[in-house]
Amino acid sequence: MSILQLRWVLLSLGLILALHAPYQATWIVVSAALLLGWRYWLAVRQQNNPAIKLPGNLILLPLVVIAALGVLYTFGGLAGRDASTALFTLLLAFKVMESRSLRDFTLVVLLGYFFTICTFLFSQTLLIAVLTIAPLLALTTALISLNQREKEVKSNVLLSLGGRLIAQALPVMLILFVLFPRAPGPLWGVPRDATRGMTGLADEMRPGSISNLSRSDAVAFRVAFHGNAPDASQLYWRGPVLWDYDGSVWRSNHTESASTNNALSLDSAPLTYTVTLEPHNKPWLLVLDTPVKTGSAGFLTEDYQYQSRQPVRTRIRYEATSVLRHHDNSALDESDRTRALRLPEFGNERARELAKDWAAQTSNPDELIQKAMSMFAHDFSYTLTPPPLGASAVDGFLFNTRKGFCEHYASSFVFLMRAAGLPARVVTGYQGGEFNALGEYMIVRQTDAHAWAEVWIDGRGWVRVDPTSAVAPQRVESGIASALPADESLPALARPSLFRRLNLGWDAVNNDWNQWVLGYNQQRQTEFLSKITGNKVSRGDMALWLSCLLIAIVGLIALWILRPANKDHDAIQSAWIKFQNKLARAGLQRDSAEGPLDFAVRAAQTFPASQPVIEMIVELYLPLRYGGNKSIEAMEQLAHYVNELKITKLGTRSISTG
Amino acid sequence: MKSAIRLPDWSRFLRSTQTGQPGHIMAVLDRRHVYIVPSRTGFVFALMIGGMLIGSINYSLNMGYVLAFWLMGLGIVAMLHTWHNLAHLHISASKAPPVFAGEEARFSLILVDNSGRERSAIGLKTASQTTTYCDVSAHGSNEIILSIPSKKRGWLEMEKVSVFTRFPLGLFHTWGYVENDLRCLIYPQPASPGLPIPTAIQQFHTQGSQTTHGDEDFSGLRNYRLGDSMRRVDWKASAREQGLYTKEFEGQGQFAPWLDWDITPGKDTEHKLSQLTRWVLDAHATGLAFGLRLPRFILTPAADEAHFREALKALALF
Repeated sequence: MSILQLRWVLLSLGLILALHAPYQATWIVVSAALLLGWRYWLAVRQQNNPAIKLPGNLILLPLVVIAALGVLYTFGGLAGRDASTALFTLLLAFKVMESRSLRDFTLVVLLGYFFTICTFLFSQTLLIAVLTIAPLLALTTALISLNQREKEVKSNVLLSLGGRLIAQALPVMLILFVLFPRAPGPLWGVPRDATRGMTGLADEMRPGSISNLSRSDAVAFRVAFHGNAPDASQLYWRGPVLWDYDGSVWRSNHTESASTNNALSLDSAPLTYTVTLEPHNKPWLLVLDTPVKTGSAGFLTEDYQYQSRQPVRTRIRYEATSVLRHHDNSALDESDRTRALRLPEFGNERARELAKDWAAQTSNPDELIQKAMSMFAHDFSYTLTPPPLGASAVDGFLFNTRKGFCEHYASSFVFLMRAAGLPARVVTGYQGGEFNALGEYMIVRQTDAHAWAEVWIDGRGWVRVDPTSAVAPQRVESGIASALPADESLPALARPSLFRRLNLGWDAVNNDWNQWVLGYNQQRQTEFLSKITGNKVSRGDMALWLSCLLIAIVGLIALWILRPANKDHDAIQSAWIKFQNKLARAGLQRDSAEGPLDFAVRAAQTFPASQPVIEMIVELYLPLRYGGNKSIEAMEQLAHYVNELKITKLGTRSISTG
Repeated sequence: MKSAIRLPDWSRFLRSTQTGQPGHIMAVLDRRHVYIVPSRTGFVFALMIGGMLIGSINYSLNMGYVLAFWLMGLGIVAMLHTWHNLAHLHISASKAPPVFAGEEARFSLILVDNSGRERSAIGLKTASQTTTYCDVSAHGSNEIILSIPSKKRGWLEMEKVSVFTRFPLGLFHTWGYVENDLRCLIYPQPASPGLPIPTAIQQFHTQGSQTTHGDEDFSGLRNYRLGDSMRRVDWKASAREQGLYTKEFEGQGQFAPWLDWDITPGKDTEHKLSQLTRWVLDAHATGLAFGLRLPRFILTPAADEAHFREALKALALF
């Protein structure tokens, strides 16, 4: 085990550790790095003093126990994504501490490959993917160095061989990636903490929940319309529908089931689009209000929520068709009417009174709505940071603070409508979106999270009312940034800037990456291959093509690797040709029938000054070209002498002598 | 000189070509006789890729698939490189010089690359030998000495040599055999020095068939030749600066002692042979001509190198 080999192993582990660093607890990364550094320090000292020993189990075992307890303390367990990768990181570093033989280090390198794949549990972005090539190359080079037996091998020789191996393996990877039949996961449970950091709409709404979500500029989903996209003010992305209010929190107490009858009459042309939804660990599949046709990714409920049967834990793609204008002639189901009118028994008395006044003045639903909207349009303001509301949230908002975010408006509006006897419900989702012209798709971010209301009007069905539009019409027309005062803190991407434009370009690249690489699943694979071939492709076909193509590509790689190496032969010949050219420039041409020796003799006679060099050249060339000896030194010498050869032109020489 | 590597089963193991250099036979590890299997590391590597794939399916990690497939490709490419590192390697051998029992027989194998490829970490191994590694540069050669301890006199047959490599990634083990009839002559171990060489007088009674000896039967002088015993130089003539002359005695080799099996002390055959070997060495060291008489073998007295070698060979193969 030489220091060179150790250096490569440690370098590759260090690179993977660096990739992990942003996602891993700091003390884990630091301890692992310290252990690796300690191992290197010992190896350096061992060079001068072989008596220095690696720490024994008496030192290492307690350290391992401390590390395991640390993981237990930090993560509250040893299972789960974060805890198990942390443990793996530390154990790998301890393994390095006790590694002495080539076999130990070979195992370390193999574990290093496994360590690399753990990075993808945290992030699979294009950037991470590109950066992962570095540890892959370093690990492969480390493996080569472990199999090398010469003492003095230059690192760049090893590295270039590592690079060649990686490059030659690339075509095999591409073919396998495209054609290897995908299995639908998961095979076993995904650890709960694998969904940590996923943000999205919750299944309830309380004051502050939407405004909190709005502070994140994370992408919620991306949409590609199959035709023209509708106006921004029409882009209501429907999420959970909340019916039940307990005085502070809106929820949906019923588990929704698939709708059985659908009495919607369409008043505008249906729009079809494809959504790529980021994982958010909830079952909602966001769709444009109001969905009429959806695919197999989930089911459509009575209240037009599109839901998956499983929480969305990986990025998924689905197609849906929606209609912007519609009406519903059917009558509201009695149980739904009761539910849409129910209010908590006590609380918010002033709001109830106000609603009763309105109801006494008119029974026309449109006028009721108008009364509420005009109230909001007067001295209410729109802010991300509303003041606290106290025990009676609706009263507090309507009569005291009058500052709120969309959830305040939606919540109090629905409260007022119900108190006035008009069935109403809260709908949460997203509103708006940013069109990315570079990729012809629309990005909807968490910033665009929104809440609005729906009221039931007989003969028209559920009608969307957005009370926020009364207080801040810009919110709906052109997005949250224009609706909020400039001094309110919003994520950088929500406001227009050069950074935002650059980000759109990067997002377009990432979108393609998500669509084609990360989203390449069973369904996408079948679609893609069927599109290429024009036929429906079965898994059997895939397996067959995979085998054929794999054999073909491995054959080609084999031909490339095993190609006869005549490089050195060419070097000999090119040196000789260079020699001839030099002489030709000086005025001496070789006859086509003249052998090398005869030519050299003639050259030496013509240019007596260069005779020794010419003799050296021909003496080196003849055995190289025609003899069995092909030593590198001789070839190098030949090239050297040919380069050294300086011949003055025949013409100039004859003038100077004559 | 006879071929150093015999190829007992041509078609199965090797292809050989005679080269111009005498004493060398080239053996080529041609493509049909280079075998390859995954190594232990290779199996662990495959297992690890399997684990990666299962994990990728479970967690829907498409980048995990990418890495697992890339490593699969790496494995395939490594297999080709490993095979390529060994295939078409030429191996030649030269005759191993004889040694005395107890010394190490040194078989020299020369690995030659004629294909213009760098070959790294080529290992050579026999059943009883630890592995020796070497690199061979493109169009270059490298000599490997396999030292095998000799235990007893006679022919030491070289074992089947396995030439192998795992370079570059150690995931595959590729090898070929050099079946050979390389052998090294092992002389008997010489007895410890001390016992003087038996003189002719002692021998006079024990044998009669040979020419009568008389070490004082001076017959004349001849010019000194290299290898003549110092004892027989006419030092008086030399002192008179007349040049070096060697005294000739009646009947060539009359002075020469006969190293005779029958008068050699020793409790068994090996001890006797050891003692005889010691005497042969002593006689050669002093330039003394000697004869060797063994049961069913007689070597008439002489003092030159070839005679010395022949005597030792006779003792080795007795």
